[in-house]
Amino acid sequence: MKQVNKSVPKIDGMGLAKGKPAFTDDLADSNAIIVKVLRSPHAFARIKNINVDKATKYPGVECIFTHKDVPRNVFTRAGQGYPEPSPKDKFILDEYVRYVGDELAIVAASTDEVAEQAMKLIEVDYEVLEPVLDFEKAENNKSVIHPEKEPYTMFPMGFDASKNIACTYDMHVGDVDEVLKNSEVVIDKTYYTQAQAHVAIETHSSTAYIDHYERLNIITSTQTPVHLRRIIGEALGMPINKIRVVKPRVGGAFGGKQQIHGELFCALVTLKTGRPSKCIYSRKEVFESSFSRHAMRLNIKIGAEKSGKLKAIDLRVLSDTGAYGEHALTVFMIAGSKTLPLYNKVDAVHFGGTVVYTNHTPGGAYRGYGAIQGNFALESAMDELANKLNIDPLELRKMNMIKEGETSEIFKIMGEGGEGTAQIIESCKLDYCLKRGSEMIKWNNKYQNKNKKVIDDKVRGIGLAIAMQGSGIPNMDMGAASLKLNDDGFFNLLIGATDLGTGSDTILAQIAAEALNVPVEDIVVYSSDSDLTPFDCGAYASSTTFVSGNGVKKTAEKMKNLIISEGAKHLKIDVSDTIFDGKIIKSKDGENSISLKEISKGWLYNYGQAQKQLLAVDSYVGKKSPPPYMAGFAEVEVDTKTGHFDILNYTAVVDCGTTINPKLALGQMEGGLLQGIGMAVYEDVKYNKYGQMLTNNLMNYKIPTREDVPNINVEFADSYEPSGPYGAKSVGEIGIDTPPAVIANAIFNAVGVRITDLPITPEKVLLAMKKKQIK
Amino acid sequence: MIIDEYKKPQTIEEAYSILTTKKNSQIIGGGAYLRLSKKHISSAIDLSNLKLDFISETDDYIEIGAMTTLRELEINEITKKYFNGIISNSIRNIVGVQLRNIATTGGAISGKFGFSDLITALSVLDCKVILYKAGAVKLVDFINQKYNDIVEKIIIRKNNQIADFQAIRNTKTDYAILNVAVSKHTNNSYKIAVGARPGIAIFAVKAEGFLKTVDSSKENAEKAGLIASQEIKFTSNFRASAEYRQELCKVLVSRAICNINK
Amino acid sequence: MKIKLKINNQDKIIDIRPDEMLLEVLRKNGCLSVKHGCDTGSCGACTVLLDEKPILSCSYLAAKAEGHSIITVEGAQKKVEQISKYLVDEGGVQCGFCIPGLVLTVMSMEKELNNPSEEEITHYLSGNLCRCTGYSSHTRAIKKYLEEKK
Repeated sequence: MKQVNKSVPKIDGMGLAKGKPAFTDDLADSNAIIVKVLRSPHAFARIKNINVDKATKYPGVECIFTHKDVPRNVFTRAGQGYPEPSPKDKFILDEYVRYVGDELAIVAASTDEVAEQAMKLIEVDYEVLEPVLDFEKAENNKSVIHPEKEPYTMFPMGFDASKNIACTYDMHVGDVDEVLKNSEVVIDKTYYTQAQAHVAIETHSSTAYIDHYERLNIITSTQTPVHLRRIIGEALGMPINKIRVVKPRVGGAFGGKQQIHGELFCALVTLKTGRPSKCIYSRKEVFESSFSRHAMRLNIKIGAEKSGKLKAIDLRVLSDTGAYGEHALTVFMIAGSKTLPLYNKVDAVHFGGTVVYTNHTPGGAYRGYGAIQGNFALESAMDELANKLNIDPLELRKMNMIKEGETSEIFKIMGEGGEGTAQIIESCKLDYCLKRGSEMIKWNNKYQNKNKKVIDDKVRGIGLAIAMQGSGIPNMDMGAASLKLNDDGFFNLLIGATDLGTGSDTILAQIAAEALNVPVEDIVVYSSDSDLTPFDCGAYASSTTFVSGNGVKKTAEKMKNLIISEGAKHLKIDVSDTIFDGKIIKSKDGENSISLKEISKGWLYNYGQAQKQLLAVDSYVGKKSPPPYMAGFAEVEVDTKTGHFDILNYTAVVDCGTTINPKLALGQMEGGLLQGIGMAVYEDVKYNKYGQMLTNNLMNYKIPTREDVPNINVEFADSYEPSGPYGAKSVGEIGIDTPPAVIANAIFNAVGVRITDLPITPEKVLLAMKKKQIK
Repeated sequence: MIIDEYKKPQTIEEAYSILTTKKNSQIIGGGAYLRLSKKHISSAIDLSNLKLDFISETDDYIEIGAMTTLRELEINEITKKYFNGIISNSIRNIVGVQLRNIATTGGAISGKFGFSDLITALSVLDCKVILYKAGAVKLVDFINQKYNDIVEKIIIRKNNQIADFQAIRNTKTDYAILNVAVSKHTNNSYKIAVGARPGIAIFAVKAEGFLKTVDSSKENAEKAGLIASQEIKFTSNFRASAEYRQELCKVLVSRAICNINK
Repeated sequence: MKIKLKINNQDKIIDIRPDEMLLEVLRKNGCLSVKHGCDTGSCGACTVLLDEKPILSCSYLAAKAEGHSIITVEGAQKKVEQISKYLVDEGGVQCGFCIPGLVLTVMSMEKELNNPSEEEITHYLSGNLCRCTGYSSHTRAIKKYLEEKK
């Protein structure tokens, strides 16, 4: 491997550092009409009347849309494959507003200031309704959040709007109740995970214009350009051959940009006025009016023998999807499907639950996507079991976890909203990850669960957890690529895959270069343009390296074969006698040869009737979704008087198969870990009793700064996934999954209190310690 | 936020005249948090031309001009030298260098924000605010009264106090969940201020009184912390509960006293 | 109102509103490297150098900048490239949105701090948020840059 497993500098890194205009707002027409959204101040209300007369007359206002002026097509903004596994429950604008920040009216004006002033002139007469703000009281609440008749689902998912239920799901293997009843030890606990905000530094941004073919062009900061085109067409009732979607550079996404945001509003304004428009969200809009991680309640029961051998796991989940059901079903299912297979040797397993509507900001896709929630419950409960049995938590995992060559029935039963895909695990180095991680953090020296020494009010503790994710959605999500040979022997790689800053343009170029045995510099990448690049479902579900990467590899191999077969014709030798080494096409004995540089020129300029364009296209749909695995360890130091704690070390050993670009993979891991740590210890979307978000800016919602970074040590296991491109699996999400459980376990180890609701704040730690003392 | 006109007066008289004659006019200080305001300001008054950007030292006082940025206040050798660097320590975690390069000392105290770290720290020093018309006003009076006046500078008496600042935050640059400043005079009398309760800093008078009568043992520091936590009123907000703040007060006050007596 | 500004060493006379923030004025005048991230002075993406000191252009009235000199990444390409080489090599540029602001703060740190420790580096740069990298790659890169510059 010459071009992969190599830390090639990110190909757009220097240009971005030098501030080249590359993001949506940089590319918008300088005269673009400004699109602003008037948003609901109420958590739940019906609009009795809305009067825009005064606002429309305000100088500089171009047009205003209310629910009376837009097509009433029901759709979902989720940005998923088709048929969508999310309820179709959203209108462009509606007579109901269902959370504080929900859209009431779209205002287009010459400047921000004009738009702001015009919004103040819109008169709205509300019938304020009783909101549902406690997700544990949402089901069968007398307030029905979606009373309208249109919402539906594309396949059965237990959707029942009259009961505020977005979806339900239930599965089992064996008789869980029976096995639990007969287990020697049972852990029965309830955990809560909070809503987390994505906080990509670039806010949601989109711009639109009509081109000289009179087609609608949308440039937008999105993870899913092709889905977005489909959804815009569906919502506006327009043929999608009239729409082009271009994704420029994206300023961070993390799932937040899988859904659509202002694109529809720009489309409406530009279609109506014929002029360019742009919609740049404020930070407050991103917090209040986009999406956040689904908050969950997770009830878990684990049955085991006294020896520590697990017998049964029962996981029941209640999830809060907020006002709309984007990703309601799939995030909730993944809380089970990407955690429970870790312990595949149980006699019985059950997973089920309900996703409810509330009058909160909608839940949406967010890195970890249910797995982080499930992992907190499962891996906290495993620690509680270890404590109860007085077994080293490391040994308890080793005894029960999945191993290479094994499978889990869950893979077959649970998929993306429906049935899954059976798979044998061909690469799983969890045993190594645990062993190496425990060495790195000196587990055996540091782990003790009694007689902790407190020095100057400080005491240390250590914790661990294991995790898994997936690599794309098998038999569904597709990644395609095309390669074009140019004169001088370099290639254009066109990919639908969406680089969100992750470096996928770079690693996909590396994969193409590896297959063709050419330097990465000879691969010129262009990505994510619905007119020009081949299909790709987009960047989500940890799919790009595995799915798009396999698509690129197939395409590059096809190009290589094309060069060989066409080269053989030119050299007038047999194809079976022809080789291409990346530079030269030649017969095996070397007697006939021509350089790629020369032949590529000839094919385009000089060979008369033998002139031709070499172009290869191919695509890939996964037959399986090989999980990356990891073991995470943390050491914390708790101030026993204040509950405040420092994370001293975080160690992660990861099996993501071959790292196509080790430094970029490391960046995914370090970034994911810190986001997970943020969720574990302070990030928390909070509302007041009226349903107004208290944490709607970066002064009140804190993400980790560089001073908050613990000593993080990441290593990669030597691993090779046979189904992956050059042995690679995914690495985008796995990093975020472990910190909540690891830190909860480390705090327990340090001070003997178990925090079961995230985030683990100093306040919760101290108050739990005091409660324990009183007992 | 809307500003109708922007004024950069050449003299403080001129600035004062705009402030007192023009309705809805405002001194803008560094203007760092103006963007968050929903105000309609008729005249924004920028004091940049008035040479109020200085930190100097006389025999008895440290003088800090109103337009001195928090960053200058943080790194200045004079402020670092006195009172165990409490001024510098109290502000070094405010957001970031860039914000501290904008925000001014005058703005920071005029904002009278409950979460203010600087006000808590200054409270335990012998600090006066020099206003253009009203003249010298004790910091505590400045905080508690309304002045339609211009802060020219603050002055702090160099009285050999030892001081300590303590705060608990979620992230390193977050607003404090609670902050505490304690100072001790050469005559063994203490000043204890507790801020971000989440209300603005107030004094723990009973704890101060208690410390006057006892020696400087760790036990007495802990007792003083307990007294402070019982005499001061705390409330809950989304950052922390009153109960937790009370606990923190106990510990932080006691730790600050111990640090001073080390 | 009209103000005089020196943007990237060029004297300009610019027509602004009295309540306009420097960020908007700079973006309108071609400095697209200066980014809008948060509106509350919290993220550092809008950092520019004002008389060589880093400030948040989103929280600085353009009128207040009258007569001062402003440097953005557009006006310091050579120096930016020197620093960024290390960031790119360490994988420290993911989405890249926060990087122009970060690099400007690094430039001013270099002038202000002599031989800074890792703790001093992260403290000085803590106003530049990044959500992608987890910061460790930045720290490795900046330490290396400062080391090799010696």
